Amino acid sequence: MTATTADAPPPELRLPKRRGVELSLLVGAVLISVFGYAAVGLARNGAVPPDVAGYGAGLGLLALLAHLAVRLRAPYADPLVLPIAVLLNGLGLVLIYRLDLETPRDQAAPTQLIWSTLGVALFIAVVVLLRDHRVLQRYAYLSVATALVLMIVPIFFPAVNGAKIWIRIGGLSFQPGEFAKILLAVFFAAYLAANRNALAYTGRRIWKLQLPTGRVLGPIVAIWLLSVGVLVLERDLGTSLLFFGLFVIMLYVATGRTGWIAVGLLLAAVGAFVVGSFEPHVHSRVQDWLDPFASIDAGQGPNQLAQSLFAFAAGGMLGTGLGLGHSILIGFAAKSDFILATAGEELGLTGLTAVFLLYALLVARGYRAGLALRDPFGRLLSIGLASILALQVFVIAGGVMGLIPLTGMAMPFLAQGGSSVVTNWIIVALLIRVSDLARRPRPGQVETGVIAPILEDER
Amino acid sequence: MIRYIRRAAAFCLLLLVALLLNAARVQVFEADELNDNPANRRTTIDRYDQPRGNILVGARAVTGSEDTGEQLAYERTYLHGPLYAPVTGYASQTYGTTLLENAEDGILSGTDSLLAPLPLWNEITRSRQPGGDVVTTIKDSIQRAAYEGLSGRRGAVAAVEPSTGRILALVSTPSYDPERLSGTGAEVTDAWARLNAAKSRPMLNRAIRQTYPPGSTFKIVTAAAALDARVVTDPDAATDTPSPYVLPGTTTTLPDEARGCAEASLAEAIRVSCNTVMAHLGVEVGLDGMLEAVGRFGFNDDGLRIPSGVAKSNFDTDMSDDQLALSSIGQFDTTATPLQMAMVASAVANGGDLRYPHLVDRTTTHDGDTVRQQGSRSYHQAMNPSTAVQLQRMMVDVVENGTGSNAAIDGVRVGGKTGTAQHGIDNSGTPYAWFISWAQAPDSGRPAVAVAVVVEDASADRADISGGGSAAPIARAVMEAALDG
Repeated sequence: MTATTADAPPPELRLPKRRGVELSLLVGAVLISVFGYAAVGLARNGAVPPDVAGYGAGLGLLALLAHLAVRLRAPYADPLVLPIAVLLNGLGLVLIYRLDLETPRDQAAPTQLIWSTLGVALFIAVVVLLRDHRVLQRYAYLSVATALVLMIVPIFFPAVNGAKIWIRIGGLSFQPGEFAKILLAVFFAAYLAANRNALAYTGRRIWKLQLPTGRVLGPIVAIWLLSVGVLVLERDLGTSLLFFGLFVIMLYVATGRTGWIAVGLLLAAVGAFVVGSFEPHVHSRVQDWLDPFASIDAGQGPNQLAQSLFAFAAGGMLGTGLGLGHSILIGFAAKSDFILATAGEELGLTGLTAVFLLYALLVARGYRAGLALRDPFGRLLSIGLASILALQVFVIAGGVMGLIPLTGMAMPFLAQGGSSVVTNWIIVALLIRVSDLARRPRPGQVETGVIAPILEDER
Repeated sequence: MIRYIRRAAAFCLLLLVALLLNAARVQVFEADELNDNPANRRTTIDRYDQPRGNILVGARAVTGSEDTGEQLAYERTYLHGPLYAPVTGYASQTYGTTLLENAEDGILSGTDSLLAPLPLWNEITRSRQPGGDVVTTIKDSIQRAAYEGLSGRRGAVAAVEPSTGRILALVSTPSYDPERLSGTGAEVTDAWARLNAAKSRPMLNRAIRQTYPPGSTFKIVTAAAALDARVVTDPDAATDTPSPYVLPGTTTTLPDEARGCAEASLAEAIRVSCNTVMAHLGVEVGLDGMLEAVGRFGFNDDGLRIPSGVAKSNFDTDMSDDQLALSSIGQFDTTATPLQMAMVASAVANGGDLRYPHLVDRTTTHDGDTVRQQGSRSYHQAMNPSTAVQLQRMMVDVVENGTGSNAAIDGVRVGGKTGTAQHGIDNSGTPYAWFISWAQAPDSGRPAVAVAVVVEDASADRADISGGGSAAPIARAVMEAALDG
């Protein structure tokens, strides 16, 4: 099995670009969102919302502009990526709008729509301006420096709901940690692509584990310390978990050293145990996870996690129907961290499975682009970006459903949160960019119809 | 690198599988347990998110529902709340439901499976039917006559249609407006605290939930027992009872307030209300015979439902003869609800056939289709028909020539029995005034109504209190209303 066999189409002069498929899938995604929007209105007020046409037109226009950018500047890009992003974003807007109906003083959907528009604008900008992802390799150290600054700045701002991960300026607030995710992925990909041989083959050997030299190991340990540091200072278990998982996955893919996973898990376990035991905010999350109903037994009523579990249970197999659930009982984070509970209650296990599969498909397309690319940086970047999505979905969905301790994170595209939706659109833009290169016919291939020889050492 | 990418992808797949399995765990396998958790408010919210069905008196709803826009959206409203409170009870977001609101909750809230067009329909569609209606047997004019007759004094009225058991009026005063308890918030909790603290106990349903010593009205039961047991064969024959009467096995004497009770006949004892004769007859019938007789009227039955539960009327099952003597004139531990005593009058009026009392005529869907029709059914043959005929004559005599003259209605056959029940330590409490009666229009083959009235008026001068003085006029007003309807 080689890099290109999985990807290589039958020899012919024109490779399929499948932009038409993308367009029809986009139409479907917009229609599903519009139907959802109408269903909420019908269920809640007995009438289709008056602005359903405007909502549909707005979402459709965004989708169309994004599609045109892809068609013109990334014609070979994966046709599934953009429709999935549009569908998830559209569904998120429906869910937020639906929750807005129960909180007349807190209207989040219009703001989310503005952020989504900004996200799509950045998506178009990235697709149009970034002609080749390999350019990013040059900015690896600038990326990590920017990421560090972004992560450290919120320490100087007041905590919101227990976590210091926001920057508030005037009425605007955003989570710089969200953007740091992309920058870190870029840095990891560039660093590991450059040093993977040194990491894999040099250094001392202790028992069965080959340790790299301190010069190569240093930055990695620094990143680990940073992730724990971010957690402790900002009380952001989710982001630190995400960075760490991202790092371990990319290190493993780059070096193929299983030992790194063992070391990574060990470090993660030690870090999590120490923080889970001594940091009160995190400690209480762990307690909630171990016994979600403790506060009920104590006569204080259900906590957020218990309410979330109630919401999922109320959905059952088929859900209550959009607009007909009571997930607003979850409280203040119902539109952000806990938005998945609304999906679970109103769309049921069936709808939730569909949502999970959409994410899985998006992740799979990222991995597929990674498999098809030939430059190590591009591979690691696409794996990293896809893994960010996968880990994020797992950490937040597992958290709100009681599988793992809860961490404050945003469900990609679904949840209320400007920085999150913008960041995810940039991730999708980068996936479009790498998949375009991955699927683009290589020089010589179009002319001869012969698969280019594999130059790179494949282990 | 390809191999490791594939393994990393497999890891992501593992995460996805873990999420899906966990979702199935929460949403399918643990769903029932989570749904049933008492801290889960969904059931409560669903319950109030549609208007509740109505309780009807005649063709008119005496209840309503109002959308408050709050989380528990629909609150109950009541038309003439205090008048009908002993029938409807309350339906409160905060304090639950009582009486018909409670007994017919499934129909009213729309959860009763009988409302669904098909079996399991609601399970499949996850919807509830609109709340159905409950049509009561109450007659508005009779209810009002009873309520106005009591005019705020503490007391209760129960009126029954003897031939069917339909309850025509159920009044308890002082009353309260159940609307004050609808909904949530400080107003509701304040009203609740105030109503519960009130000395007059306005939320007590005196007609079916409070028992009183029935006093002399109980003599009808004793008379029926004596006639059925053939202890007395001729009601007009003298009995060998002295006045006063020494309670068996004691030196305590039981006096009569009425004159001419010595050796009086049963009919005379009923007409002027002799304690001695009736106490003696109870002893002669014996404990077993009395227990059998009172049971046929409904005493000692704690399962009586109309469909709200009715408090058990008591006649002790283990007594010495002197206690039995006192019990036979409605004293000692004998207690009865006003509904129970209306049943006694009803059994006499209906030839001994006591119909099961009921308050709900039928329940319907939201569209008015009948879901359940409550037919008339027999409760017990309370006495022999011949005994009933003899008692009817005696009760008519009470009204025409005896203590119940205040209940007489021109041109109508009215039978009655007064009662003045002593209670409290050494009988120090203000006595309760009782009157039970029935009325039959001259052109009718069956009696129109049987009534029991009790007035517990603490403010009245003790000497004025008597069944004939305080309670009989109320009973007459109720009977007149029933005859008009």
